[in-house]
Amino acid sequence: MNETSAATPGLAEETEAAAGTVQSTDATVGEIYVDDPRMTCRNVNVYYGEKQAIFDVSLDIGKNQVISMIGPSGCGKSTFLRCLNRMNDTIDVCRVTGQIKMDEQDIYDGGLDVVPLRASVGMVFQKPNPFPKSIYDNIAYGPKIHGLSDNKEHLDSIVESSLQRAGLWEEVKDRLDQPGTGLSGGQQQRLCIARAIAVSPEVILMDEPCSALDPIATAKIEELIDELRENFTIAIVTHSMQQAARVSQRTAYFHLGKLIEVGETDQIFTSPRHKLTEDYITGRFG
Amino acid sequence: MNNQQQQHKKTMDRVQKGLDRRYRQERHFQWLGLGAIILGLVFVSFLFITIISNGYTAFQQTYVKLDVFYDPEMIAPIGETDPEVLSRANYGGLIKASMRQMFPDVTNRREKKVLYGLISSGAAYEIRDAVMNNPELIGTKQEVWVVADDDFDMLIKGHIDLRLPESDRRIKDNQLAWIHDLQEQDRVEKRFNTTFFTAGDSREPELSGIKGAAYGSFFTLLICLTIAFPVGVAAAVYLEEFAPKNRWTDIIEVNINNLAAVPSIVFGLLGLAVFINFFGLPRSVPLVGGLVLALMTLPTIIIASRAALKSVPPSIREAALGVGASPMQTITHHVLPLALPGMLTGTIIGMAQALGETAPLLMIGMVAFIVDVPGSVMDPSAVLPVQIYLWADSPERAFVERTSAAIMILLAFLISMNLLAVWLRKKFERRW
Repeated sequence: MNETSAATPGLAEETEAAAGTVQSTDATVGEIYVDDPRMTCRNVNVYYGEKQAIFDVSLDIGKNQVISMIGPSGCGKSTFLRCLNRMNDTIDVCRVTGQIKMDEQDIYDGGLDVVPLRASVGMVFQKPNPFPKSIYDNIAYGPKIHGLSDNKEHLDSIVESSLQRAGLWEEVKDRLDQPGTGLSGGQQQRLCIARAIAVSPEVILMDEPCSALDPIATAKIEELIDELRENFTIAIVTHSMQQAARVSQRTAYFHLGKLIEVGETDQIFTSPRHKLTEDYITGRFG
Repeated sequence: MNNQQQQHKKTMDRVQKGLDRRYRQERHFQWLGLGAIILGLVFVSFLFITIISNGYTAFQQTYVKLDVFYDPEMIAPIGETDPEVLSRANYGGLIKASMRQMFPDVTNRREKKVLYGLISSGAAYEIRDAVMNNPELIGTKQEVWVVADDDFDMLIKGHIDLRLPESDRRIKDNQLAWIHDLQEQDRVEKRFNTTFFTAGDSREPELSGIKGAAYGSFFTLLICLTIAFPVGVAAAVYLEEFAPKNRWTDIIEVNINNLAAVPSIVFGLLGLAVFINFFGLPRSVPLVGGLVLALMTLPTIIIASRAALKSVPPSIREAALGVGASPMQTITHHVLPLALPGMLTGTIIGMAQALGETAPLLMIGMVAFIVDVPGSVMDPSAVLPVQIYLWADSPERAFVERTSAAIMILLAFLISMNLLAVWLRKKFERRW
């Protein structure tokens, strides 16, 4: 049982949990908190105009961990992910309440600048979206606008190390001046990951990064995610439960805008505590 | 089982029956489309054939060879070089003397006048320029090719119907005889008409050219482009990328779309009221013309630019924002470069529209008869379409071919501008 969550007013009150699986959808089941959080979200609500998309979600993102977010389509997992680096700002009608903190700083605080936030919380999107520029320029763009490189050699080394960490260097080192859009889908996605790494973020958000890729490319990306965990905190939204099981340490299950259950990945997939989680992972809906 | 097979056969029969009808409809639709295209091509080729057949002769001009004696008595004493004196001399008299010498039989005053009329009044200026350039000509006798009068020119080009009775002809029988004599002596020649490209407008068709109008069009479009392109692109970027989506921006959008459909003469009246009457800018100048055309082209550019911005996929914006680019950087580094070809295409099409626009320029006085080639945006001038309108209005037969020739020049500009737009589109084709 999780004592800390019960101690927070308005959050999970798992009184009935003792009697086997939980039925109600009102409160999150499982361990919301981790010992060493990189980001902490408290009572996050997201509205698109009048419609509420996320209901009162509280969740910690652990340092140097991979947390995966699963759930049926339209459950709000992508919306929640996009709150973490304020990508939802681009949608006019979108409104976020609650608290999302990183380094004790509320990222929705009016005085906070989103530019440094997005430099420290990078993002990889569902569809590979390299800039229609050369491979080199794709990687170099972020460091350039943030002024991270002292000179050309330094920039070259950033590009090389980013591509190496994304496992793409060997494949593209001879054609850095060719357009990034000319690469295969899997390579493009790894290019996008390299682009995100190049500005040395602390957190990388991945929104279904493999949904447009074939199994071989997917396997490469998953391997990469596992390696990146050493240096980065990763939050990944995925439709594939196998993928969540393979790459993540913690898993959060979303349903209709609510965070139903969160916990160690092994525990979620072997002994889910909530009825809805169980139904989803056993394939009864989704 | 048997029942099922029968059912299947029945279904297939019905499908077969319907199939013929479907294919027939498809063929008919194709024929209809093909017919429409052929009809369009027929009209276009009819237009081009008419214009070219009417206009190609304007690129040639009849010249007459005269033996001119640079009479010191009529110009100035030999050795005189003062341009003041030289420019004031009676050069027309030299030509008349030369003509009299060639046709000594013509003595009647009225006949003489008709004889002199064979040579363009512009010939005297040619002779003057020759003398001013080289005063040593005075006292010598030279063979000079001078421009023939427009009626003479029309006769040589075969535009005058000789079957008509003399009273209905612009060229009379005695003129015919003189021209025949000149031709016998190899004194008549058709040459490339450089005047048409180097002169401004004139009352005399053989002295008129489109340079003035072409320069006027150039200056007008220059003003139009320098104002409409930056303003249009800035407006489109603001509306598309920064403006909040609310009722006010909706109203603005509807109004921009409406402005694109406002008759151009209304813009002319607006320009007259605002630029000339209120701001006191001069009439007939390319500056005002360009401002009016800029107002008219703005909606076209804004609409095309917004469409170009819209067509940049949101994934590119997300990618840029995702690595921490500010909204302005996202737009200037990624969105604008991708949207630029579309914007340029829209702008060129807008410019082509402006180049062919006549009505609003009539309202601001660009329809005036202006001989001088404009040197700046503040010099009164005509523009190509207005020049066409003016010449089409003139009674002389020679202006008919010049009208067509001017249309050909205008069309050449329009086609090259549109080709440029197509080329830009092809060159920067979407690469994502």
